[in-house]
Amino acid sequence: MKNFFLAFSVIFSIILSSACVDKSANSGNVSTGSDTGDIKVGVYGDTTGATSSFGQSTKNGIQLAFDEINAAGGVNGRKLQMIFEDDQGTPEKAKTVISKLVNQDKVVAVLGEVASSNSLAAAPVAQEAKIPMITPSSTNPKVTEVGDYISRVCFIDPFQGSVMAKFAANTLKAKTAAILGDNSSDYSKGLTQFFEQEFVKLGGTIINKQTYAQKDQDFKAQLTQMRDQKPDVIYIPGYYGEVGIIAKQARELGMNQPLLGGDGWDSPELWKLGGAALKPAYISNHYSADNPAPEIQNFVKAYQAKFNVAPDSLAALAYDSAKVLADAIKRANGTDSAKLKDAINATKNFAGVTGTISLDASRNAVKSAVVLELNPAASKFDFKETIYPEGMTPPTASTSNTNTTMNTNAMSNTMNSNSMNSNTMNSNSTMNSTMNANK
Amino acid sequence: MDTFVQQLINGLTIGSIYALIALGYTMVYGILRLINFAHGDIYMVGAYAGFMLAVVLGFDANPSVFGFAVTLLGAMAIAAALGMAIERFAYRPVRKFSKMTTLITAIGMSLLIEYLFIFFFEPKPRSFPPLISNENHTLFGNATISTSQILIFVVSIFLMIALQYIIFYTKIGKAMRAVSFNLNSAKLMGINTDFVIAFTFALGSALAAAGGVLTAQYNPKIDPLMGVMYGLKAFVAAVLGGIGNIPGAVLGGLVIGAAETLVVGYGGYIGIPSTYRDAVAFAILIIVLLVRPAGLLGSNVQEKV
Repeated sequence: MKNFFLAFSVIFSIILSSACVDKSANSGNVSTGSDTGDIKVGVYGDTTGATSSFGQSTKNGIQLAFDEINAAGGVNGRKLQMIFEDDQGTPEKAKTVISKLVNQDKVVAVLGEVASSNSLAAAPVAQEAKIPMITPSSTNPKVTEVGDYISRVCFIDPFQGSVMAKFAANTLKAKTAAILGDNSSDYSKGLTQFFEQEFVKLGGTIINKQTYAQKDQDFKAQLTQMRDQKPDVIYIPGYYGEVGIIAKQARELGMNQPLLGGDGWDSPELWKLGGAALKPAYISNHYSADNPAPEIQNFVKAYQAKFNVAPDSLAALAYDSAKVLADAIKRANGTDSAKLKDAINATKNFAGVTGTISLDASRNAVKSAVVLELNPAASKFDFKETIYPEGMTPPTASTSNTNTTMNTNAMSNTMNSNSMNSNTMNSNSTMNSTMNANK
Repeated sequence: MDTFVQQLINGLTIGSIYALIALGYTMVYGILRLINFAHGDIYMVGAYAGFMLAVVLGFDANPSVFGFAVTLLGAMAIAAALGMAIERFAYRPVRKFSKMTTLITAIGMSLLIEYLFIFFFEPKPRSFPPLISNENHTLFGNATISTSQILIFVVSIFLMIALQYIIFYTKIGKAMRAVSFNLNSAKLMGINTDFVIAFTFALGSALAAAGGVLTAQYNPKIDPLMGVMYGLKAFVAAVLGGIGNIPGAVLGGLVIGAAETLVVGYGGYIGIPSTYRDAVAFAILIIVLLVRPAGLLGSNVQEKV
């Protein structure tokens, strides 16, 4: 028996260590890092792990942006070259691959990751090496707190969590909510906290809070416990892999409440896992591909033509992050890391596909969010409404329906074409709701 | 009350899967005194085999009981062949050396299968196509049971009865019992022990594969590392029930499955958050082993030194 336990402990340590096996992925061809050749930009993401659709979209979005920039003559006459590394969706691997990008490939800047836990693991490496890192879509506030070389082009979780809380309380008229969060992700923990804060502030009650761990297969125990308390809505701030199954199991238990989530749901895989169970369900997201604004439709068309799939919000954000970086390199007039960092952090009113990007003092983009309704029958997200952060007034005043662009805006004094888009989106929203009412 | 019944149904569903996997651990241990650590991965291979069969044969397009049965049996056959191959090429050559050698080989085998699958099938999760139309059936009050859950219960009970029949009422079963009693004496009595061992591996692997297909049907997400945690829990279940003891493995599986579900359901009232569900399985194991070192149904056999 003693031998047996000895063996058991040996086995355990081997199993644990196997999780950290480093299978160095191959990278693109490495050219010498000079001031005249191609500008090398490191990109890392998960293209093979549990959130692989995130990494794939990010890689595609950046590729599209780089191709467009290079076709137009590059940045200051130099071409942008992407060096991609797969981190398999784990924080440990994220740290390893960013070290490789920074120390071995000598990239001038890094774009990535999607999942906040992975960005948090990698950011200190970029900060230490003084290489600017722009995360396209990590929304946990802690990511940019790592240091002044880390910035992002998306909004942050306090806003995203409150968007869904507002939607639940104001639009869905929910009084009670239950939360089922992913205990192993910083993203999920952040959203849980901020959703709860805002929902309680708006007079709602959180009657049940449960957690699961990533890779769990069975959620019926948590859901059964929620069922008795009959919450009006269930908030599931997780990633698509688990969410699809949670939705399915909730419906199997006869729970027909609206399910609410965040941008972590945005993946073509979600429809395969959840199917018809994903209705009624709503998510907060960065942009809607249905937006008729020409910049967005041009991007959607170009992306679709190149990759034969509709761009999700992660692809759009990645595209924007690459464009922001290129813009900053142009303004910094070179790739000197300190100057480049300052140029990135000084980004103001950059017209991106996902909205106007202005970085605030904590290097977070302050942008509006959209609420999308899931439409499993067509495997797509339908636009529902736009929600603006506090201090950022919607482009149209509620009293007038004119498309005026003269408007007090706390974020910027100059309005650009993007506020027009929001106008169109707003009228769209009214149209949608009337149509829904007619049904 | 209906909530408790619902939780129990949820728990017993996972418990049945644990039990199916645990049977393989316990049978191999009973015969070879070997913990076959690759067994959890056979469960994963079973799910993947089912996935490929369903897609290749086109059962994913129109769900039917026939399609499900073919997928299930096909996956079981593939896994059985794999189990026999592993035994023949990995374990048999090292069987004459110390038990530790075989054990380490088993760990190596486990990692090999996992990473071969990651290499060839990508580590990303895949969604298993629905093979039967899944509906909800109300038992009473709020307690419901889905078709895939009923399927798990029916198939696993059937397989367990079939296993019991094979072991106690067939010639090969008698040989298995003889080999597990004493391998060398069995050999002296003219039993082809190599064949009996290979058969045991095939049987255990087929059960694990059935578990894999049933789980994939219930929770339609499969990935190459899905067998790690299930394998570990099933191993705990086998030890809990008394390793080497077949009814013990079933009991252990059901106890672990029910316990971890009830922890999520009711742990909150006694201060155990739902995140600790995995820890509970191992805590139960430690407590039971402290009180009954041979497991719930195991008989205390003196170790031969």
